[in-house]
Amino acid sequence: MRQVLIPFYAIIIFLLFWEFVVWFNGWPNYKMASPSDLWPAFWKFKKLFFQYGWDTLWRTVAGLFLAVIFGVFLGMIMGLSKILREALYPLLVGFNAIPKATVVPIIALMFVGQHDLNTILIAFMISFFPIAVSISIGLSTLEPEYRDILRSLGASKSMIFWKIALPKTLPEFFGALKVAVTLAFIGTNLMEIVSPHGRGLGALFDSGKTNADYPLMFAVLIGLAILGIALYYVVVVLEKIFAGWAERSSE
Amino acid sequence: MKSNIGNDAIIIDKVTHTYKTDTGLLPVIKNLNMTVPKNGFTAVVGPSGCGKSTLTKLISGLLKPDYGEVYLNGEKVIGPKSIVGMAFQNPVLLEWRSILKNVMLPLEIVPNDLSEVDKEDRAKSLLHLVGLEGFEEKKPSELSGGMRQRASLCRALVHNPEVLILDEPFGALDAFTREDLWQVMHKLRREEPFTGILITHDLRESIFLADEVVVLSGRPATNQYSLQIPKLKNPKLDNLFSPDSIEMLKNLRKQIEIAQVQQATN
Repeated sequence: MRQVLIPFYAIIIFLLFWEFVVWFNGWPNYKMASPSDLWPAFWKFKKLFFQYGWDTLWRTVAGLFLAVIFGVFLGMIMGLSKILREALYPLLVGFNAIPKATVVPIIALMFVGQHDLNTILIAFMISFFPIAVSISIGLSTLEPEYRDILRSLGASKSMIFWKIALPKTLPEFFGALKVAVTLAFIGTNLMEIVSPHGRGLGALFDSGKTNADYPLMFAVLIGLAILGIALYYVVVVLEKIFAGWAERSSE
Repeated sequence: MKSNIGNDAIIIDKVTHTYKTDTGLLPVIKNLNMTVPKNGFTAVVGPSGCGKSTLTKLISGLLKPDYGEVYLNGEKVIGPKSIVGMAFQNPVLLEWRSILKNVMLPLEIVPNDLSEVDKEDRAKSLLHLVGLEGFEEKKPSELSGGMRQRASLCRALVHNPEVLILDEPFGALDAFTREDLWQVMHKLRREEPFTGILITHDLRESIFLADEVVVLSGRPATNQYSLQIPKLKNPKLDNLFSPDSIEMLKNLRKQIEIAQVQQATN
């Protein structure tokens, strides 16, 4: 109960403070919307909120899904082969160094009109890097004794991978996934905001901007925060299930 | 390939091994000969870095010797085989498995026709033997260093290996825990006879546990000295303070010093 109540009160206090600051300074809502402006803005567009919220959500998850598959694959080949690691690492770092905001218009032009594909692609591109790196580091730093214990029994490479290397890498994987979730979310929104005639919460945000509906823009921000929190905690729950052993009990 | 050299369980026949490093060739083992009879237990001591761990890898088939041969129960070692059990200084237990499941790990890899229940019973009986009864469902992180090492010994023995290779398994433990585990080793030898090789830096450990102590020279390691340890009916820690034991320890200590000087001047 305490675990629920304390954050709940903290949020209430935060909202009251926000309302107070806006009221005290006499800011108009185009400078800073107050919490009391948000609900009417949300209510007015509630259908779009749910529809676009769903668009944003499924595209982020789809992009993330691709990132996990590709990232794990890339991490595996880099973690298990020294030559491939040396070959791919500079490429990967270089690719990651490009700010993805600059890739957004390129992708938008490349697959013009295919809005879902564009969005998923950006979400994927921005988020696979931490996953690939964590898996490759996890695999390449496996203590040799772990391998020797199984190898001396005549275990095959794939057996060593499934029984030891993979489970041992899971905590690092979930750490990276938490970062990747947030990144994928940024990717989705970048594309939704930039793409003309787009859908998703990013597009709703953009239309708020063009129509000078500032409370709507703020309401979208809150909506995005809620989605982001939900996704993050889904990962936390998955981590507890699959890599809960890595958590030392504090008792 | 069968050999006809007696009925020794481990035969190391004129083995030489050289590592290739960036700076050239590093000979670690040179013309080494050793035999361990069935159900015998031999300790290998020598200066640090003289190639003892390499020796364990050559016996288990993880490395191939450049020259010479290793035979286990008459069969030439050409690669890793499931007839070996290993334990290291680091117990390398899998943190995500319970102690019981950790001990059962080799049974998942080595071909056998045991049912799941049989496997569990086998692991449980070993855990019972080393005094870990009641810890089956605990995670390794919940156990002390000595207890983890006990579990690691069980894992090394669970598949009834023909040869047990122990690479300084007690090296990281405090003195009293180590002595406890020496007693556990004697108990295991009584209840679960095995042929074993023990790599160690502890001379007292070597004479307390082994039937024979082999002193390796400095790198490249070769036979320098070997000492038969008289077998006691009921080995006790007190025996280590007997005049005979002290004499053996002094003798071994002197041999190690010779090997150290030789390694330093090489």
